[in-house]
Amino acid sequence: METNIFEYEFIIKGLLGAIFASITAGIAGTYIVSRRMVFLSGGITHASFGGIGIGYFAGINPVIGAAVFGIMSALGVEYLSVRQKIREDSAIGILWAFGMAIGIIFIYLTPGYTPNLMSYLFGSILTVSNSDIIALGVMSIILILYFGIFYRTILYISFDEVYARTYSSYVDIFKYFTTSLIALTIVLNIRMAGVILVLSLLTIPPNIAMIFTRVYFKIVIWSVISGFFGTATGYIISYFAGIPVGATIIFTLVIIWVIVKGINHLINILTNK
Amino acid sequence: MATLFEMNALSASYGTNIILQDVSFRVMENDFIGVIGPNGGGKTTLLRVILGLLKPLNGTLVFNSDLIDNKSIGYLPQISTGDVNYPVTVTDIVLSGLMIRKGIITRMSSSDRQKADIVMDELGLSEMKNSPMNELSGGQMQRVFLGRAIIGDPRLLLLDEPGNFVDTTFENDFYEKLRELNKRMAILMVSHDVGTISAHIKSFACVNRTLHYHPSHEITNDDLLAYGCPIQLITHGVVPHTVLKMH
Repeated sequence: METNIFEYEFIIKGLLGAIFASITAGIAGTYIVSRRMVFLSGGITHASFGGIGIGYFAGINPVIGAAVFGIMSALGVEYLSVRQKIREDSAIGILWAFGMAIGIIFIYLTPGYTPNLMSYLFGSILTVSNSDIIALGVMSIILILYFGIFYRTILYISFDEVYARTYSSYVDIFKYFTTSLIALTIVLNIRMAGVILVLSLLTIPPNIAMIFTRVYFKIVIWSVISGFFGTATGYIISYFAGIPVGATIIFTLVIIWVIVKGINHLINILTNK
Repeated sequence: MATLFEMNALSASYGTNIILQDVSFRVMENDFIGVIGPNGGGKTTLLRVILGLLKPLNGTLVFNSDLIDNKSIGYLPQISTGDVNYPVTVTDIVLSGLMIRKGIITRMSSSDRQKADIVMDELGLSEMKNSPMNELSGGQMQRVFLGRAIIGDPRLLLLDEPGNFVDTTFENDFYEKLRELNKRMAILMVSHDVGTISAHIKSFACVNRTLHYHPSHEITNDDLLAYGCPIQLITHGVVPHTVLKMH
């Protein structure tokens, strides 16, 4: 009985994690893929590892450290690239390595063994706590409300920022705020897929969706669906095969992308002939 | 004809770099003005000042508030500002021209969508109303952005280098469309391509730090004789010419 209850909890946790991860990653992923911010998001992800390291060292929740680092680096890059004091890709490249360096130094300095380090790098559902799931759930609600309420404003600023400035004085506020939410989404999903793999959780589902549609909100919906399918399948496979969950999820998503792309290509060839 | 806006001794700069100096300029209803001049001469800056994106350093810009406010200006920027691979449909882009009258929290009503349908129909875009931008040709994209600029029924239409992304097959259509629009709005069209500017333009403003205004058909035979000979330019073919006064 003990085992059953444990397994039941484990399955519920995994299911909720998959749902919330696919909602948050689908919404945030569509935004970063459409705005071509994938590299920036990679920078945010790896910079946040610095926060994880400091979190360990200072004895606070590493997710909080990662969130602070993630948001600060996101805003920093947006700000620097607007001011054009430095090339954006260079700024991201520096930030990327700097965050990792800080993380490694502080984890090294932390006395004792740091058991969860691998889970932050590669993700592990086993170490995902209830509060992590709740945080992802809250984030899902925030993102749905934010993108639902401000859909047109966000869409038009992303599409044509210069034009948006002709009618709105809120362009910068929206850009910075949305980027902060993206950073937070990435950090919360690090628990699921890990620093190294989380970016794929955001970028693969929109790319699956964009095989079918080029309409923004439809991309979001298809991203969430394909993301959930890939995450849940990967989760189940990893459970039965006893292999790391983050890597399995990403592997599954890529396989889905390849299959869908292949079928789509085949249909195109057949219908054209 | 009433005045839409008037600039008086206006100067504008980016930092310490003065781009426009002592510009006095008046735009009337139904004007169709070609703004010409070299690159970096201040043409786009002039549009930015009119749009309220750049505060003048000195001088004044006064709108005739009976006819126009800063929400009744339509703007067609250079194509480079929008990402054509962005997943957004033709209808969505045309609708975005209404954002100027809406808040940050907004839904497009069915009357907004009807308005977009009318504009797309007028510009020959109905067939591709649900298409993403990257399936369109250059000329079609330009009409989409023109649709965005005019959906709000502006009194003044600002066009920044429309020649940049017109493909020549659409060029005539496009300028013909502008002539029709000119019946209900004033048009200010920036172009560095002085050579092939539209014949529908009624007057010219030369911008190169200062602004020099040329009313239409100003060159008379007397002017030509002032050069010491009756002809300064010889071309072959049937291309019509507009010759502006020296300044």
